[in-house]
Amino acid sequence: MAPRIKLKDSALEKRLFNRRVIVVGLLILGGFVAIVMRLAFLQIQSHEHFVTLSQENRIRLRPIAPPRGLIYDRNGVLLADNLPSFRLDVFPENVPNLNDTLTKLGRLIEIKPSDISRFQAQKKQNRIFDAIPLRYQLTEQEIAIFSASRHHFPGVEIQASLNRFYPHRELLAHVIGYTGALDEKDIKRVDEGNYLGTTHIGKGGVESFYEDILHGQVGHEEVEINAQGRSLRVLESVPPKAGNNLYLGIDARLQKVAMDAMGEHQGALVAIEVNSGEVLAMVSMPSYDPNPFVHGIDVKSYQALNTDKHHPMLNRALYGQYPPGSTIKPFMGLADLESSLPLGKDGIFCPGFYQLEGSGFRFRDWRRGGHGTVNLHRAIVESCDVYFYQLSMKLGIDRMHEYLSKFGFGVRTGIDMPKERRGVLPNPEWKKRVYKQNWYIGETINASIGQGYTLVTPLQLAQATAIMARNGKIIAPRLVKTTYDPGKNTHESKTPFDVGEVTVANPDNWKKVIAAMHDVVQGQGGTARAASAGAPYQFAGKTGTAQVFTLGRDEKYNEKELARELQDHALFIAFAPLDRPKIAVAIIVEHGGHGGSVAAPIVRKVIDAYLLEGDHDIPRKLP
Amino acid sequence: MIFPENYRERRGSFLQRNDLWSQLHIDLPLLVGLLALSLIGLTILYSASGATPAVVWRQAARLGMALVAALMVAQIPSYTLRRWSPLTYGIGIVLLAIVMVVGDVGKGAQRWLDLGFVRFQPSELMKIAVPLMAAQYMHKRGLPPKSRELMIMLAIIGAPALLIAEQPDLGTAILVATAGFAVLFFAGLNWVVLGGIGALSAALAPVGWWLLHDYQRQRVITFLNPEQDPLGTGYHIIQSKIALGSGGLFGKGWLNGSQAHLQFLPERSTDFIFAVCGEEFGFFGLVLLLSVYLFIVGRGLVIALRAQDTFERLVAGGLSSTFFVYVFVNAGMVSGLLPVVGVPLPLVSYGGTSMVTLMIGFGILMSIQTHKKLIAP
Repeated sequence: MAPRIKLKDSALEKRLFNRRVIVVGLLILGGFVAIVMRLAFLQIQSHEHFVTLSQENRIRLRPIAPPRGLIYDRNGVLLADNLPSFRLDVFPENVPNLNDTLTKLGRLIEIKPSDISRFQAQKKQNRIFDAIPLRYQLTEQEIAIFSASRHHFPGVEIQASLNRFYPHRELLAHVIGYTGALDEKDIKRVDEGNYLGTTHIGKGGVESFYEDILHGQVGHEEVEINAQGRSLRVLESVPPKAGNNLYLGIDARLQKVAMDAMGEHQGALVAIEVNSGEVLAMVSMPSYDPNPFVHGIDVKSYQALNTDKHHPMLNRALYGQYPPGSTIKPFMGLADLESSLPLGKDGIFCPGFYQLEGSGFRFRDWRRGGHGTVNLHRAIVESCDVYFYQLSMKLGIDRMHEYLSKFGFGVRTGIDMPKERRGVLPNPEWKKRVYKQNWYIGETINASIGQGYTLVTPLQLAQATAIMARNGKIIAPRLVKTTYDPGKNTHESKTPFDVGEVTVANPDNWKKVIAAMHDVVQGQGGTARAASAGAPYQFAGKTGTAQVFTLGRDEKYNEKELARELQDHALFIAFAPLDRPKIAVAIIVEHGGHGGSVAAPIVRKVIDAYLLEGDHDIPRKLP
Repeated sequence: MIFPENYRERRGSFLQRNDLWSQLHIDLPLLVGLLALSLIGLTILYSASGATPAVVWRQAARLGMALVAALMVAQIPSYTLRRWSPLTYGIGIVLLAIVMVVGDVGKGAQRWLDLGFVRFQPSELMKIAVPLMAAQYMHKRGLPPKSRELMIMLAIIGAPALLIAEQPDLGTAILVATAGFAVLFFAGLNWVVLGGIGALSAALAPVGWWLLHDYQRQRVITFLNPEQDPLGTGYHIIQSKIALGSGGLFGKGWLNGSQAHLQFLPERSTDFIFAVCGEEFGFFGLVLLLSVYLFIVGRGLVIALRAQDTFERLVAGGLSSTFFVYVFVNAGMVSGLLPVVGVPLPLVSYGGTSMVTLMIGFGILMSIQTHKKLIAP
């Protein structure tokens, strides 16, 4: 290769290089211009667009759930409390790999399969809430463990919240109900916006009926968050308005007395304050502890409660329907007195059975030998069936239906509880509608002693007793006595509520029936006489026995030989004191046998506790 | 040596031989530009690090050390650099080969060589060694490159670039190759050949796709359609565009960038610090920052124009234009013009190794500017 001519090349090289520098210089300028134009597009032309995106990135509106109103009894005993508890919230949109995260979390803290399934179900609901609770009631240790490795779990946060706690556990489970996790059906029922951030809603009882005033008004805060969705600081906040507190008419002490008196018996007891209609006690046995429901009861325990043959979750006071048996007789008696021709002014003869005219049917009296000559007073005191069989023949089913309806049989009492049952007060139209059959005369006879189709709830029975005690004045039974608004610091009275009247032609008729009821417990030959022994006050009552197992005519049976499940229900209604009634009580003891021997003593304990031990006449300051 | 009669008239005007700065082999405009850039960089870094003084002090210490290294290199005359460049290049290639076998694995790539007292990336060395070697070769062979020289040049550039790409460190490989190609371009690479290389690259792109690692392919896909995967790999680009765009004309103010401070912006102290600057100082802030870069690159090109021999010219031109490529690639990637390739914003992004390399490059430029022979060759 020929050697290059260095000197000449040097000049050439410089010229060549200079040209290239110009080209590169222009390229560099072009590059800078391209970048600057790109920046101008992003920062000037699209500025607004990106500001919006940036704001969305940065600020999130987080709802703050209001503290739920507390529930007290009439004396200020706390029945439903709010306790702080820590739960683990998952923000699925911020979790990169949900399944992986759940697996890893499960290695750190206990996550039961039931937690996972509840979480997945809630996630599927696609609610507008972005956080889904995974675990409730974290222990301090679990909080510490999770906090230490929190950075491994973007989109998972510990959230403090207030949760319901029922310190008296099973004592008032049926009355108060409980709060449970908000589900899809609940959302449709409530104002969705107000429930942002709320995880629980009242289920059953007062918690459900007074949901709208217990819940309160949602608040919110504007939080600055980072890309992991963790809040860094609060920019602005509108505090929530706490829900109203409720003061129940329930006297927790009396409730306890009633529950203890029921002991191992199944059934229900309802005690109503006569003047106000406030429910003093409402017991349904057996009961259950509502607290596990707050945090999502596990499937096994729920199954156990649900399949228990004694149905602990059923509020028998409202949803249990029983034949009223002889407890219906005082109300029938009033109908007798009110009708134009009272039956047998001088009494009827009871041979121990009633022979329906023109047929071979015999309706037997509970006393095989019969009561002999009985007037209405004795018929109620001794609970003579034959008298009422004859009465029903005189009145006819339609008149019976009319009178008994006035006392609330077959209709809802209007208590402040959800889904009250209305029982059955039969008449021919009812039978035609339900069974598509004609009414038989024998059914009128059965109805006259509260058997056959007739069904009542213990609450209806207590309400009818209270109406009797008030000489006809109707006041709807009420669980909530007053509400308290902590924001306005105002109390609002809820009783007496929905007042009406059972009108009678002759007010003396009340006295006559009540006098008979008085003799039931404190007179000669009264069916509940044993229960009144030593009572320092006068009171009135009526026993009842509801047949569970129907015997053939003239058939005799031995209580002890019958299986417990086939024994009769024992009923008793009472009010006290006689002259100025304060408390009206109704009780049904399932398979308790006779009302006088089983049911009446329980009621006596409740009335004693209320009239003798209570300080119910002293006006109390509410806390 | 023959001294021309008009020597003083021709050279004296810009040699500034008696100037103190020249005696110290410091180019004052370049030094001012670099210091200004460093100060701006530390200011942004303070904000990007979440107001952590420790990070800023560490970065300042690194900048100081890198500047000292640059000033030391500036004392070495260019012909010494030229003489040592083949050896430096050879050592670099050997080290790259060693890294391939025994290198420390960091972030899924083998880049580091643990020398016991210091961890060191041979690929960084090649950012300087490749342009020096290429310039030295072209200086020896003369401009413009003929076909045989072109082949050797491609080998000089391609071998280290491929080794680095295999680590895998695509960003550095591209920068090393860019430095080499810049020298080749300044050396007068034929436009037709340039076009040919471009066409060949386009034709080989599918093959290159096949050679890419999965994450590298993902980056290209993401670049083409970032919204496809907003929480995955597209997240970087979307968030940095939000940071820039929401900054607007004047920005949200220093320490007030919500994107950066709320950790929406990934890699905000390192590769995406440009977006932090754009969010807090806005369009004007970025134009100012880019102007400082433009000034430094421009000064580098002026030094190249005034250089005395082919080696100096090619080295000065190659290093200056490579510096520009750094800025362009980083700004382009952050603003969504280019795919995310992991190139830091020079002298502003947090990190040590590339800073030392860059400063040494500027030291070489200062050396070229201040070591003038008393005679024109």
